[in-house]
Amino acid sequence: MPVYIGKRLLVAIPTLLIISIFVFSLQKLLPGDPVLAMAGEERDPAVLELLREKYHLNDPIPLQYVRWLGGVMTGDLGISLRTNQPVTQLIAEKLPVTIQLAVMAMIFAFVIGIPAGIIAAVKKNTVIDYVASILALSGLSVPNFWLGIMLILLVSVKLGWLPASGYESIFVDPVRSLQTMVMPAFVLGNALAATLMRHTRSAMLGVLSADYIRTARAKGLSPKDVVLSHSFRNALLPVVTLSALLFGELLAGAVLTEQIFTIPGFGKLIVDAVFNRDYAVVQGVVMCTALGFILMNLIADILYVLLNPRLRASL
Amino acid sequence: MNRILSWTTALAFGALTAFQAGAVDLRIGLQDDADALDPAQSRTFVGRIVYTAMCDKLVDVSPDLKIIPQLATEWAWSEGGKVLTMKLRPNVKFHDGTTMDADAVVATIQRNLTLPESRRKSELASVDKVEATSPLEVKFTLKKPDATLLAQLSDRAGMIVSPKAAKELGANFGSKPVCAGPFKFVERVQQDRIVLEKFQDYWNKDQIFIDKVTYLPIPDSTVRLANLQSGDLDFIERVAPTDAPAIKSNPKLTYADVVNIGNLSIYVNVGNGAKANNPVGKDKRLRQAFSLAIDREALMQIVFEGTAVGGNQPFPPSSAWYDKAIPVPARDVAKAKALIKAAGFDRVPVEMQIPNSPVVQQTMQIVQSMVAEAGFDVTLKSTEFATLLDEQTRGNYQMSRSDWSGRVDPDGNIHQFLTCKGGLNDTKYCNPEVDKLLDEARASTDDAVRQQKYDAAAVILNDDMPMIFLGHQSWIWAMKKGVTGFVANPDGMIRLQGVKKQG
Repeated sequence: MPVYIGKRLLVAIPTLLIISIFVFSLQKLLPGDPVLAMAGEERDPAVLELLREKYHLNDPIPLQYVRWLGGVMTGDLGISLRTNQPVTQLIAEKLPVTIQLAVMAMIFAFVIGIPAGIIAAVKKNTVIDYVASILALSGLSVPNFWLGIMLILLVSVKLGWLPASGYESIFVDPVRSLQTMVMPAFVLGNALAATLMRHTRSAMLGVLSADYIRTARAKGLSPKDVVLSHSFRNALLPVVTLSALLFGELLAGAVLTEQIFTIPGFGKLIVDAVFNRDYAVVQGVVMCTALGFILMNLIADILYVLLNPRLRASL
Repeated sequence: MNRILSWTTALAFGALTAFQAGAVDLRIGLQDDADALDPAQSRTFVGRIVYTAMCDKLVDVSPDLKIIPQLATEWAWSEGGKVLTMKLRPNVKFHDGTTMDADAVVATIQRNLTLPESRRKSELASVDKVEATSPLEVKFTLKKPDATLLAQLSDRAGMIVSPKAAKELGANFGSKPVCAGPFKFVERVQQDRIVLEKFQDYWNKDQIFIDKVTYLPIPDSTVRLANLQSGDLDFIERVAPTDAPAIKSNPKLTYADVVNIGNLSIYVNVGNGAKANNPVGKDKRLRQAFSLAIDREALMQIVFEGTAVGGNQPFPPSSAWYDKAIPVPARDVAKAKALIKAAGFDRVPVEMQIPNSPVVQQTMQIVQSMVAEAGFDVTLKSTEFATLLDEQTRGNYQMSRSDWSGRVDPDGNIHQFLTCKGGLNDTKYCNPEVDKLLDEARASTDDAVRQQKYDAAAVILNDDMPMIFLGHQSWIWAMKKGVTGFVANPDGMIRLQGVKKQG
């Protein structure tokens, strides 16, 4: 196993390198001058030139890339043009916020999606199945931003139960932190729950009609044992892969959700950075996300092996 | 002994909670997050809102846009407008306990002029030297007369910072700003909040009734309003005009607005590169026709729910500097058609770039249909703001829609846009006569002379029309009913002097 993990991590290096070149070039292709975008209404040519020099924006693009890469090797992702803060510091501040949001959203997605999928599969073609499927379809179809605003208006404005937006660190005030995160996590988890439900249902249906399940039933095992111990574990394999892939969707969704609920996380950071052409921040955040995505997939593969003994031999 | 100890602890705790319960905490929702909190480096509008509570300036601006005393109690011009002498308020302390005096003023102005990252250099470009003539008197000597200096000193360039803190922190001053305003800096979490608390040694502390202010950036105006309605915020700025009726009819909220000092305009590329070579850029009659085809009052009524007013000059019609001899024109399609015909056209194709915000898109679609009746076929090209700005400066446009937040001194709304070498002159309009008038207006400290120069320039600009002004938006604020004492100021700042909060 450690050799397998080591190999996978080695493969990640060229992947990250390609992503970095890709993002770097794409950003430079974007129209718009970062220094001008940052200056806003105050465009003192001397100051603009000074900033261009300071951030090496006048250098040839390949040189800028090499300089950036050199920094990355020493753990320096550059300085944000907009806030003057080191990008590593910004990421360190924002990443925990988004991780908290993502974890809570995933919990929502698992708690709603997986049981709903199992029940829908077991109760195939009954009213319960139809209701679950309709709910899942609605969950997939409702846009995040609409659901978010509607929830704010209902839960915060009308009922006054939860704060409409904002963020508090879980280490400073855990109660307030959960209060501010419940709605956004639900909004973000909602669409994922629907996807998870659909996949759990179809995976379960596949497994439930397999021969060994019929044998298990014939042996006289209780329906609960058949479903949870024998079927679910096997049905879980595609669901695990899907969850890793959903992580990407989760980050994309977080961009929107964080905007609506004004959560100072990764999503808001990258949106602000793109609009202000804050190259170093965009680059840093994308690399960090790509790394996260690779790690999530690695974890999924490891889980896959742990769940399915047959795969262990192939390592 | 133990009992005494526990009683004392309980009492102390009780006193602490009682104090906290009695403390007045004001939570203000802002549209954006501020940039670096250093008056020398900062450039955002919201940053200025935060400074209004944190950093007192040499002079302030009254709601009728007059310069009034703040850290300076009186001032006088001499030597033909080349020397400005200011007397400072005695017994003023910075948040770090050091004294605000003439040396501090000199140090701050020097810092604004010399710090490499300073964005105040062009605002203070006319200053040759600044010196302390007594502990409470400073003398500014200018390279040439500059009437706009007082207005500059009423903003970030005139915010006096603690020389001790500025020396210690250098360019990193924004991480822990130390000024002489009513509230001192407590903490900041990027994109989340800025917290200030009442400064107990503030020179005007009797006018401060709030103990703690928290600024929270919430970009979405619907969410900002939802936070106010749910009670999470006490006060919000830049309310969307479409929400104005809902706030006015809500018994729990108070509404406030005032027409701002900025403008909404259309830039016409008259001389910025190859793209200036287009019918509207080349022929002023077409620009006049375009302007005449717009029903400004209807436009402002529809898009801004009547909170904005139509305009045709860089200053709003309510401004003292507005040339009343050239009123906002009524829509005249027949005259517009005649002008187009005189220019040798039947239909005029024109491309206009606009920022991709919903309000601007709506505004320009209405304009598009209004001018179509006169004979303009406008193609709207919607782009994201950073791109628009880039295209605009490089001259890659025919017409471009732009906003200006406005400056207290009239010079700030006109000189940099319409003089040949103006820093924001993206139309590249260049008329030596206009240059001369605007330079002269800048140099005089006599308002009557300045008025005459601006009026003369207005006549020429209304004829050449390199910028087509559409109107002037209002600043709109909303607050809980319990928040009283707020005075709306056309500069859009939130001054907390006199503001009280109950419940």
